[in-house]
Amino acid sequence: MNLTLKIWRQVDAKDKGKMVDYKVTEISGSMSFLEMMDVLNEQLVNAGEQPVAFDHDCREGICGMCSMYINGEAHGPDRGVTTCQLHMRMFKDGDTITIEPWRAGAFPVVKDLVVDRSAFDRIQHAGGYISVNTSGNTQDANAIPISKQAADTAMDAATCIGCGACVATCKNSSAMLFVGAKVSQYALLPQGQVEAADRVRNMVAQMDLEGFGNCTNTGACEVECPKGISLDNIARMNRELMKASI
Amino acid sequence: MALDSKIPKGPIKDKWTDYKNHINLVNPANKRHIDVIVVGTGLAGGSASATLAELGYNVKAFAYQDSPRRAHSIAAQGGINAAKNYQGDGDSTYRLFYDTVKGGDYRSREANVYRLAEVSANIIDQCVAQGVPFARDYGGLLDNRSFGGVLVSRTFYAKGQTGQQLLLGAYSAMNRQIARGKIEMFNRHEMLDVVVVDGKARGIIARNLVTGEIERHSAHAVVIASGGYGNVYFLSTNAMGSNVTAGWKVHKKGAYFANPCYTQIHPTCIPRSGDYQSKLTLMSESLRNDGRIWVPKNLDDVKAIREGSKKPTELTEDQRDYYLERRYPAFGNLVPRDVASRAAKERCDAGYGVNATGEAVYLDFAASFERYGKEQAKIQNISNPSEAKIKELGQEIVKAKYGNLFQMYEKIVDENPYETPMMIYPAVHYTMGGVWVDYNLMTTIPGCYAIGEANFSDHGANRLGASALMQGLADGYFVLPYTIGDYLADDIRTGKISTESSEFEAAEKEVTERIEFFINNEGTHSVDYYHKKLGKIMWDKCGMSRNAEGLEIAIEEISALRKDFWQHVNVPGTSTEYNEQLAKAGRVADFLELGELFAKDALVREESAGGHFREEHQTEDGEAKRIKEFQFVSAWEYKGEPKDAVLHKEELAYENIEVKERSYK
Amino acid sequence: MSGFFKSSIGRKVAMALSAFFLMFFLLQHLAINILSVLSPDTFNEVSHFMGTNPLVQFALQPVLIFAVVFHFVMGFVLELRNSKARKVSYAKNNGAANSSWMSRNMIWSGITILAFIGLHFVDFWFPEINTKFIQGDWSGTMEGIEGFRYHEELVHKFANPLRVGAYAFCFVLLGLHLAHGFTSAFQSMGGTAGRKKTLQNIGKAYAIIIPAGFIFIAIYHHLNH
Repeated sequence: MNLTLKIWRQVDAKDKGKMVDYKVTEISGSMSFLEMMDVLNEQLVNAGEQPVAFDHDCREGICGMCSMYINGEAHGPDRGVTTCQLHMRMFKDGDTITIEPWRAGAFPVVKDLVVDRSAFDRIQHAGGYISVNTSGNTQDANAIPISKQAADTAMDAATCIGCGACVATCKNSSAMLFVGAKVSQYALLPQGQVEAADRVRNMVAQMDLEGFGNCTNTGACEVECPKGISLDNIARMNRELMKASI
Repeated sequence: MALDSKIPKGPIKDKWTDYKNHINLVNPANKRHIDVIVVGTGLAGGSASATLAELGYNVKAFAYQDSPRRAHSIAAQGGINAAKNYQGDGDSTYRLFYDTVKGGDYRSREANVYRLAEVSANIIDQCVAQGVPFARDYGGLLDNRSFGGVLVSRTFYAKGQTGQQLLLGAYSAMNRQIARGKIEMFNRHEMLDVVVVDGKARGIIARNLVTGEIERHSAHAVVIASGGYGNVYFLSTNAMGSNVTAGWKVHKKGAYFANPCYTQIHPTCIPRSGDYQSKLTLMSESLRNDGRIWVPKNLDDVKAIREGSKKPTELTEDQRDYYLERRYPAFGNLVPRDVASRAAKERCDAGYGVNATGEAVYLDFAASFERYGKEQAKIQNISNPSEAKIKELGQEIVKAKYGNLFQMYEKIVDENPYETPMMIYPAVHYTMGGVWVDYNLMTTIPGCYAIGEANFSDHGANRLGASALMQGLADGYFVLPYTIGDYLADDIRTGKISTESSEFEAAEKEVTERIEFFINNEGTHSVDYYHKKLGKIMWDKCGMSRNAEGLEIAIEEISALRKDFWQHVNVPGTSTEYNEQLAKAGRVADFLELGELFAKDALVREESAGGHFREEHQTEDGEAKRIKEFQFVSAWEYKGEPKDAVLHKEELAYENIEVKERSYK
Repeated sequence: MSGFFKSSIGRKVAMALSAFFLMFFLLQHLAINILSVLSPDTFNEVSHFMGTNPLVQFALQPVLIFAVVFHFVMGFVLELRNSKARKVSYAKNNGAANSSWMSRNMIWSGITILAFIGLHFVDFWFPEINTKFIQGDWSGTMEGIEGFRYHEELVHKFANPLRVGAYAFCFVLLGLHLAHGFTSAFQSMGGTAGRKKTLQNIGKAYAIIIPAGFIFIAIYHHLNH
């Protein structure tokens, strides 16, 4: 199929940036979206132009690196996938596709479609861990039984890949799904209880400091999340913070 | 220089304990005067960074991704082995050791593997303490699954995302140290050279991938944890950015490179669909627990399926060739990866491949649906369940186990694997070879260590499933933190290493000149053009089976391709901006050298062992044939061109395991 | 605890708490107003009680005013902050793909409700305050009317079709506001119940019944004056 691409081009963080139109031809439906971008970039390099910069790495939907806002949706129109898993069969010949970077004050653009998500890292530094040393002297892994349900729910929260689609999608650029998932994972496990109160306080404080917006429960994040992280995690975080504050 | 593996004396089960009892330690007050650089933040690098920082060293960690959490360990699906014997099925440290050595086709170092098996149980304890949500049974205890090449259930898992959960565990441990200021994290930085001062590794030259700035970083020791080099094949299950550069740079500065030809081709990947393909997607080997692998018995059926006039589900049982079950009745579909991959290639080469490219076999879950379905019907007291009901019940069980993999398959292939068998084909997945290290995990450059997939490691000629995660974390959490202390004990009075020395100057100059060359070269071909060409040579001639003639041609072709690359490569943009093409050019340049050494190593190794299959050396029924004389590690010393590399042999002695014909029949 | 209400989540919780209070208020307001249709006398009795009872007038009324003001001010503050969290907006954004119109436009439905409250104050609340606090007339009666004046005033107001139309329009937007706000408040309070079918259904019913009730009353009196 032949497509028209409207892509955000921005030289660096200081540049104002603009949308630029490109054409690609002979795109196969079995291509992934990023492979389509590879075709465009090969074309640009051969024509002596600057290729479009975009983040990507594992290309199997788990590293959380890829981050495109495609036709008004984070990771494009398909559900439960990252951009690298989005296939061109979702589009039709002659389509015009608008491609933008994640937009959020807390995610400044680095170049073109590449954004800086280090705010997520800093939130994790504030408390996204259990304080246990790797001494090799921890107790036996089976010493504390954990109910299958708690383990499974913690696992569901832990599947977050930190891609930032929730922030990009949210009309308020809120990071609560991401933070909620991390808080939930530890809140659900006995190992996480000891530091639970400090953890949620510190992580939420850092989240606010980074300039993310506030959650208004639109639920858009849950729909666009490639890993289907549930809104329940935000509710749990709210609860945890209330508990920690009383 | 003669190779000294520095294996401690004494009985194998006491070596590690004795070693730990007798090494030098660094007093906590002195550790804060010692800096360590860790390149890579996957399971090995991440866990090492966290542990070294906990101990009190000042760690500088480097990742080319935008966050340590994105290292490619995250993509490991199936699980992690540990000799916990929670299932009471007869597992033990010795058995894990034995399985690993045997699985590696008797080409790994006994002492290292035993130590790995020994610390494996600790890894699970550690990860659980960190909050890694491993799968549990209804009693609340940890669950296990079984993997290829073994007869016990010792694999711990977190759905199909075990690597992700373990990496996030290591990342969380790093976060704690970053918050304490003990780890300084350099994201979007790529190591471009190691700096050797007075014969010791004392720092690196790194490039900031956002600004293009070239930076000097000094330390008392340098740890390479940059993963494997599977991307030398262009198409692999590795991440797009995975590269050999860090390992190759230390090789060029004096570290020997071991067994480059040992590559693991993973049997259960999604077949390629076209030339534009940028990477291959792996599906966990755990699928082989419940899926049966087959191709049609008759070539007519193959033809009909390829043309689309017949569906695989229309073939009756006796029209199908379950070739793994036929050839290896004892292990069946659970033979080790190298065996399963070669068997698939054998069938496809014989013309039985079931997709348009002729490179695919079926992985069929119909039997599992039925088996589980009947079991569930009994549990739920459904008398005389219909076939549809059984299938539905069975599918629910399979969905609970592998739902995410089935979904992934459907997204990529656009076929519903619940209704029609999956198609799979082997793909490059893991490289057992890597930087040579001794028992201390130190390379032949003093003060330069290599851990995880980056070293030549513990897997011999073939890695067993769920062992990579085990090795990465063992190295990082439990081995390196001890062994590096023994070395650093001599450095407590050294003080800060200056970056103003002539060695740093020279290394930076070399890096800068190379970058300037790429930017200024008026070339005609993109970096990918060369990478794809290299990949094709590697896959065709250094892939699942190799022969002397092909390897000799490969060496010539790669050498010529490299020459062409240095004349005609075209890199757009400038060196002072975010420039992915430029970063890639440097990586491909190194792959072009490694590829040649790879072929040379494969040519020299006149035997078949594990992932290295030489067509000249096979048994009558097509199995790999080891040669006693090749019971050594090939460690290559850099001498300029790859063809001039000098071979050093580390002889392998097996004192605790009898070397046998590896049989899974 | 003071730190809590400064955090993003604390603000959410405060919004939810004021919302709960307002939702309860709406329920009782409707319950009383519906009496104007069923029994004008009872309506008068209850209105007089509500208008003259010191507890209602001097305790509940200020709380209500505070809740209304707080909910609006906080709503505006949050909206402002949230829009500032995205400095460059998308060239193309498909919000409808992942969220309801109601959830994305709480500010607009909210502003409409605010405008309505303005109108409502002019119509009822200011005259009441004027009568009671400025003129000091707490009798609840009016010249030319037998018994209490409340029902008569109410019916009189809805004689104007424009006012009825404006009321109806505002109540539709109130319904849309509630359609998201009802379950959202539960979610903000940390309850996952808001995502369970039962509560969602109750929320839907509430968001329809409350505005429909008020609209019905307005139209009823317009037609029967």
